[in-house]
Amino acid sequence: MAHEMELTMVKGNEALGEAAIRAGCRFFFGYPITPQSELPAYMSRRMPEVNGTYLQAESEVAAVNMVLGAAAAGVRVMTSSSSPGYSLKQEGISYMIGSQLPAVVVNVMRGGPGLGNIQPAQGDYWQMVKGGGHGDYRMISLAPSTVQELVNLTVQAFELADKYQNPVGILADGLLGQTMEPVRFPEIKEDPGPHTKPWALTGCKGRGKRIHTSLELSPEGLEKHNIKLQAKFKVMEDEVQFEAYKCEDADLIVVAYGTAARVARAAVDAARQLGLNVGLFRPISLWPFPSAALSGLVDRGVTRFLDVEMSAGQMVEDVQLAVLGRAKVDFYGRTGGIVPTPREILNEIQKVMGGEAK
Amino acid sequence: MSKQIAGKPESMSPVVTHYCPGCSHGVVHRLVAEVLDELGLREQTVGVASVGCSVLAYNYFETDFVQAPHGRAPAVATGVKRANPNACVFTYQGDGDMAAIGTSEVIHAAVRGEKITCIMYNNSIYGMTGGQMSPTTLMGAVTATTPYGRGPEAGMPYRMAEILATTPGAAYVARTHVADVGNIVKTKRAIKKAFELQMKGVGFTMVEVLGNCPTNWGLTPSESNKYVTGEMLPYFPLGELKDVTKEVPAGVHA
Amino acid sequence: MRAKLELQENHCKGCELCVQACPRDVLAMGSNINALGYRPASIVDPEKCTGCKACALVCPEVCFTIWQVA
Ligand SMILES: Cc1ncc(C[n+]2csc(CCOP(=O)(O)OP(=O)(O)O)c2C)c(N)n1
Ligand code: SF4
Ligand code: SF4
Ligand code: SF4
Repeated sequence: MAHEMELTMVKGNEALGEAAIRAGCRFFFGYPITPQSELPAYMSRRMPEVNGTYLQAESEVAAVNMVLGAAAAGVRVMTSSSSPGYSLKQEGISYMIGSQLPAVVVNVMRGGPGLGNIQPAQGDYWQMVKGGGHGDYRMISLAPSTVQELVNLTVQAFELADKYQNPVGILADGLLGQTMEPVRFPEIKEDPGPHTKPWALTGCKGRGKRIHTSLELSPEGLEKHNIKLQAKFKVMEDEVQFEAYKCEDADLIVVAYGTAARVARAAVDAARQLGLNVGLFRPISLWPFPSAALSGLVDRGVTRFLDVEMSAGQMVEDVQLAVLGRAKVDFYGRTGGIVPTPREILNEIQKVMGGEAK
Repeated sequence: MSKQIAGKPESMSPVVTHYCPGCSHGVVHRLVAEVLDELGLREQTVGVASVGCSVLAYNYFETDFVQAPHGRAPAVATGVKRANPNACVFTYQGDGDMAAIGTSEVIHAAVRGEKITCIMYNNSIYGMTGGQMSPTTLMGAVTATTPYGRGPEAGMPYRMAEILATTPGAAYVARTHVADVGNIVKTKRAIKKAFELQMKGVGFTMVEVLGNCPTNWGLTPSESNKYVTGEMLPYFPLGELKDVTKEVPAGVHA
Repeated sequence: MRAKLELQENHCKGCELCVQACPRDVLAMGSNINALGYRPASIVDPEKCTGCKACALVCPEVCFTIWQVA
């Protein structure tokens, strides 16, 4: 693998794997599913080179619970899947959050619902951002739109997971996973290790026993636990990340994330060439959602937003919530694994800006 | 001069359990704890609690513990052991947890030869949820969900230990019971062997312990122990179903 | 006396298994109610105890501590 700061051409899925290793992750538990399969394959090849462990589990359910166990033992650990497999991980994620255990969980989204197809899609926004598993919980979800950003956010994800003792999600899609781009990797790091985690289950030699559980039978006790978790989630809200591109003077702002944002950026550039004042607002952390920044744009006078997604419209609800009726929010989405073209988005922009849409 | 010959093991917490009067979960906990004491493993042990009446096992062992989702304890144990190969890792599961929802996890842990010990407390019923049929419920047995007795439409009870004994990664698989004094002693021997082989890195180890559920069987503790020996034993034969350390590998009982 | 026996009555759930297991009638069910709300077992004839440990083996609550007396 490439040395630090050297530019290398890497596929998104493999870049993600290498970034995890650079971040000190030495444990990977996965299960094959397209379009994330290059990631476990990469890990199976790379982990032995760094004295790490790659294990192909019998299912996503087993994989996420192996992650739970390794996390409880205090190591940096990751699992990845694509939509249907991610659905299966939800129970384990809820348990990890309830038990306050850190891990990085990757979802390389594909078309749904059901088996859907293996083409890139963004229909898992809700399950990654709103929970999806049972109980009141929050999880930082990061959505890169380039391979370099995928690398940077993966490294960040491990730090955030440890910082908050909470899983962190990475939300990519089939296209980003397959995209080959030049990237720079950070220098390789060792796992900080269980001894840096005063809660890790290492055997109780020289100390009292430690327990990780999400069970609390008394209503008062469980409410207390929930209040504590909610307080933590409140602090996690500070980890908001977004990119505002050409938004300063924009009359219309396109809101999109991940691959949809890549395409939308080209559409925004094309619109600018036509003399239209259009900007792109790209949430990078989907939770916490950059609501305040969006609302700030409304304060500045923006009255129209166009939300673009590779789904039937999921993030659009968060955009609406952020602007609270103070601006008009239009939506354009493609489903089925179809990536909208810049031309299509430009058409939508023109429609919206040309007066009454539709 | 006096020497203590029975008492609370160091690996057990000095608390009263939440188990019903006469329930053998407490006996099996004690046996595991005694083994951990005798092998000097307490301080390097990570237990994995399952979902069932024994979900609170972490309150009763003086060792590190993690609580797993229903059925997933062997996967969680796999994660712990892979992350810390020097640890002594065991799961404590019911028959519902292991033989129903968790079949996949335990079989694959065995297939991979995970160096863990899985204890299954087989009381042929779902205790915690109020006495529903489990995969090991005997034919004809009346439970909350087999009010007319378990019939053929629910299938026949199956034998987890025998299935695990057929997996190549299993080093030691035994079935014992704790319904009388002699067999409590034998159960401890089996559990000890399982932990020893785990720590020697030989492979996957499992002990299925037949035990009672006086509450959901609607029997007194002593009647319920008689149900174990009288009704369960004929269907669930005792013995070491697999022991790779024996010269002639034990066959799999039908 | 060959064995000394202690019974932690406040952990006892009155399951009677120890009483039934004792071959020497050392134990019997008491008539009091303990803090857990159960009628605990009690030691009625300690002199007869041989230290066979049957009671300790069957007790699910680990109520018994036994010493072999030389
Ligand atoms: C995913 C999930 N499904 C169902 C349950 C409900 N549940 C709790 S315990 C249990 C059965 C436990 O029975 P067993 O494993 O035999 O243990 P016992 O209580 O008899 O000791 C079930 C079905 C659950 N907690 N989680
Ligand atoms: S319900 Fe059955 S298994 Fe559960 S504690 Fe009571 S007797 Fe034991
Ligand atoms: S040690 Fe044996 S003889 Fe003594 S009380 Fe217990 S069962 Fe009875
Ligand atoms: S066996 Fe234990 S819990 Fe049961 S009656 Fe005897 S002392 Fe009490």
